[in-house]
Amino acid sequence: MDWTAYLPMLWQGAFVTMTITLASIAVGAVLAFVFGIMRVEGGPILSTIALCYTEVFRGTSLLVQLFWFYYALPLVGLSFDPITTGILVLAAHAGGYGAEIVRGALSSVSTQQLEAARALNFSRLQTLFRVSLPQAIVEMMPAFGNLAIETLKLSSLVSLISIADLTFAAQSIRNITLDSTSIYSITLLCYFAMSLVLMVAIRVVERLVRRGQAFPQMPRS
Amino acid sequence: MMYGYEWDTTTWLTYTTSILPIILIGLTVTLKAAAAGFAIALVLGLAFALLRRSRLIAISWTTAVIVEFLRDTPLLVQLFFLYYVLPEFGIVLPAFLTGALALGLQYAAYTSEVYRGGIEAVARGQWEAATALNLTRMQAYRDIIIPQAIPRIVPAMGNYLVAMIKETPVLSVVTVMEMMGLANMIGERTFEYLVPLTLVGLIFLLLTLICSAGLHRLQKALPKAGIPLR
Amino acid sequence: MTEDNTAPIIEFSNVAKRFGPLTVLDDFNFTVRKGEKVTLIGPSGSGKSTVLRILMTLEPFQDGRLTLSGMSYHEPNGKGPFKASERHLRQIRTHVGMVFQSFNLFPHMTVLRNVVEAPLRVLGIARAEAECRALQLLDMVGLADKKDFYPSQLSGGQQQRVAIARALAMRPRVLLFDEPTSALDPQLVGEVLSVIRGLAHEHDLTMLLVTHEMRFAREVSDRVCFFDKGRICEQGAPDEIFGAPREARTREFLSSVLA
Ligand SMILES: Nc1ncnc2c1ncn2[C@@H]1O[C@H](COP(=O)(O)OP(=O)(O)OP(=O)(O)O)[C@@H](O)[C@H]1O
Ligand SMILES: [Mg+2]
Repeated sequence: MDWTAYLPMLWQGAFVTMTITLASIAVGAVLAFVFGIMRVEGGPILSTIALCYTEVFRGTSLLVQLFWFYYALPLVGLSFDPITTGILVLAAHAGGYGAEIVRGALSSVSTQQLEAARALNFSRLQTLFRVSLPQAIVEMMPAFGNLAIETLKLSSLVSLISIADLTFAAQSIRNITLDSTSIYSITLLCYFAMSLVLMVAIRVVERLVRRGQAFPQMPRS
Repeated sequence: MMYGYEWDTTTWLTYTTSILPIILIGLTVTLKAAAAGFAIALVLGLAFALLRRSRLIAISWTTAVIVEFLRDTPLLVQLFFLYYVLPEFGIVLPAFLTGALALGLQYAAYTSEVYRGGIEAVARGQWEAATALNLTRMQAYRDIIIPQAIPRIVPAMGNYLVAMIKETPVLSVVTVMEMMGLANMIGERTFEYLVPLTLVGLIFLLLTLICSAGLHRLQKALPKAGIPLR
Repeated sequence: MTEDNTAPIIEFSNVAKRFGPLTVLDDFNFTVRKGEKVTLIGPSGSGKSTVLRILMTLEPFQDGRLTLSGMSYHEPNGKGPFKASERHLRQIRTHVGMVFQSFNLFPHMTVLRNVVEAPLRVLGIARAEAECRALQLLDMVGLADKKDFYPSQLSGGQQQRVAIARALAMRPRVLLFDEPTSALDPQLVGEVLSVIRGLAHEHDLTMLLVTHEMRFAREVSDRVCFFDKGRICEQGAPDEIFGAPREARTREFLSSVLA
């Protein structure tokens, strides 16, 4: 049977993949900033909490996390629908790595800048939001870009908790047509295309963040 | 393979002790798969890096596209591709090898960048000095470039090894019975997923923490000036 | 030192400052009167920057007493390295401003925003008023036409002049300069010095200046202090110090820098 008949199914799957990826990136970015800032500015208790969060989500495998939240958590009475579970776990995973990026960039802001802020009598929060973060965010962008691509790739794992994303669609179509070569080739190409689109989007965001003349030189990567 | 096993699910403690032996068998599979994948990634990555530096534009560009493609597509789909498509061309590999190959391919894309960065970071002056000493390209790589690149490369490679260990659970979808696959299977039998999955998660966490600490040590122990190959 | 008997604005008494095992200031005593222009000179590592940084609350000190307009830096039950609450330190900082050797402008803000930001956020001045005053200050340092540029688009001398405007915008009573021209190319030093020279005529502004520009120090200061090994080895009117130094160490230092 001709696999082209199944293109709409693939298209739907790709749409689900994109939605889950973008949602995870958005939620993950929030988590990354919250926990990254907690690591740097949180004081002993908050920074320990943030450290535990990043170590757990970076140190255990994403697939284990997905299954844990999908199979194990409902047994203690907590359950979400698969899509929510998928987005939350992907976001928490990305957030763990993102928090490390935020922490690294924040601690690379030079002490001279912090002293200048102090001499101008900025409060700690003002220093963070008006001096440190705007500079650190430029440093974060390349690493965040990689993380976004990584999240897109890892989103394929949600097909294993029965979410009908692109990979899930490919599997279903293969099971019907048994034409593995075409279907997996086109799926890989779809993911590749989505990665490229995502990269372009990241470039645009990066350019916005750099505000033209303020940071004319490429940042250290 | 699970017949003949009895699991005592009365308390989480008895449950844990009864599944621990089989999970540890899974751990060895996890480590073997990661090691095999890592070996493939190290060799293939170096090949990619050198091909990318080829003077023939056709070769360097093709390599660049392949590397980019491998890097920007999911491991899971690459794994399905190898698992289902290779047999159609008459190449039938054991699941374990297919899995290791998929891991190796994906990470070869990453390691090739590490090699490239390491080689390029060795200053241009070193190449010129090698040329001035009338060394062949081969000798220059072996005696000058690679020894100096190693201290830059090793820590990054170590990080990728840790990352690969954490990705091996994906291989369970093509019937490689590593830790998480086993935990899942136990869960299916007993309808009690919490203990096996938590146990596997904790083992991964421990493994990662140990590896990171080890890497940290290794990084400090490496001589900054380079390691001679002979 | 006898003609002006206004009250001291800065008073170090028996201050000790240590970095771990290294004692930088020991039993340090130093007084500055309101409106006075004091230059600190001395060999590298003698503790000149440390004195300014302590005043700016960038460094804590361990023992002794330091007051600014009668306000003590240490609080009676103060905790942490500064022995004071953050609130108290911020209170002190409202009176002090600092100009750094490496300018330390905020790279992500335009020149105007660099100057406006702190008055706007910290002092809570209305935007229109803050901008109006910032433009006056930029005009004073000769950079009003560069207000929409980013620091990376300016020369070092221009950046340092913006930094001076930025410090002045907070209306400090005490302004500290730590080698403001040391990071500049020789041909850019003059433009910064002439801005500082202009400030030397402000009667209410107390200025502490660390510099290696001896001719300039002689010209603008009311008093010159020669630092050596964490102590003020000799101090006096510029003509005394430069014209007829009493201490051997001072003569040695001056002959080495003026050579
Ligand atoms: N953060 C620090 N940690 C340890 N030691 C320090 C620190 N800052 C300064 N010191 C030491 O304190 C001493 C005085 O330093 P300070 O910067 O005050 O000297 P200075 O007179 O400004 O010298 P220069 O002309 O080189 O700027 C020096 O010996 C310096 O090494
Ligand atoms: Mg100094």
